[in-house]
Amino acid sequence: MNEPLKSDILSGLSAALPICLGYIPLGLTFGVLAQKAGLSPLDVAFMSFIVFAGGSQFIAVAMYSGGAAMMSIVFTTFMVNLRHFLMGSSLSVFLKGKNRWTLTLFAHTITDESFVVNSQQYTKKDWNMRRALVVNYAAYVSWFISTVTGALTGRFIPENALGMDYALTAMFIGLLVFQMKHAVHLVTAIAAGFIACAMASRFKGNGYIIVASVSAAVFGAMLNRMFERKENHDA
Amino acid sequence: MMHEDLALTVIGMWAVTFFPRWLPVFALSNRKLPEPLIKVLEMIPVALLSAIVFPSIFVSEGSLDVTNTHCFTAVPTILIAYVTRSLIGTIVGGMLVYWLAGYLG
Repeated sequence: MNEPLKSDILSGLSAALPICLGYIPLGLTFGVLAQKAGLSPLDVAFMSFIVFAGGSQFIAVAMYSGGAAMMSIVFTTFMVNLRHFLMGSSLSVFLKGKNRWTLTLFAHTITDESFVVNSQQYTKKDWNMRRALVVNYAAYVSWFISTVTGALTGRFIPENALGMDYALTAMFIGLLVFQMKHAVHLVTAIAAGFIACAMASRFKGNGYIIVASVSAAVFGAMLNRMFERKENHDA
Repeated sequence: MMHEDLALTVIGMWAVTFFPRWLPVFALSNRKLPEPLIKVLEMIPVALLSAIVFPSIFVSEGSLDVTNTHCFTAVPTILIAYVTRSLIGTIVGGMLVYWLAGYLG
């Protein structure tokens, strides 16, 4: 194996490790719930392989076991996963000149977690498409394996063993703390969190994620511009 | 054997999930975007992450709740993240704190 490829794989895997660690308990939990809802391990494998979007998979299984109509499951999935449009738009800035198949392979595996890790790495400048793909596909593989394992061994795993259902929240908190490089980031985060909480406690569904993040991002960008102008003016 | 309606549902889920993932990556990546839009897109990671994590801490079953275990565990988790600067350390530490909180409470 040539050196650059080897180092790309290693950097990608080390950036992906926390994601995989968070996906294992979540994937196992999903597999268990899916098995209880009447899905076979093969059903779970199929869903994780072709959909690969944790939150919507949980919701779909709950709706399916409640006897929901196909169209309403698909529509809910659409609403829940629409936020990927924002992530794709945000990442597109870093993906200039890549070929269509690479972009398509990359797009299929964008998740909240890989998006945050990749954007963080891309802004550090030592990142490339190959490393980003390794992050996405390591997460994909760990999600696939843990959901199928959950479906196969579900009945032997106790609920919330060792704080497992907190793993993803802890990871998100960590990622958020590491993103705070400037006061503007903190203000943007608080604005987004405030709008999201206010909306989530009033409205059904996940539409608030998009509304809150777009409005807070616009607000943050405007604030940033004001800071930059002031700095230029002072200098 | 997979039920036919489940297979169709999953394929439908794929279609509506894949398209919003793929379209901006495919359509925007080889285009020059206006500078103000790029500035907004740069703020999306922080904003989106907060819009996901804040409600998962402060909202439970559709109403604001600042007394749940997620809430109490958030503060030590933030401290662990700030001090260790390690994502894995934060996950493992946070899980431990959460587990202890559930055990004690």
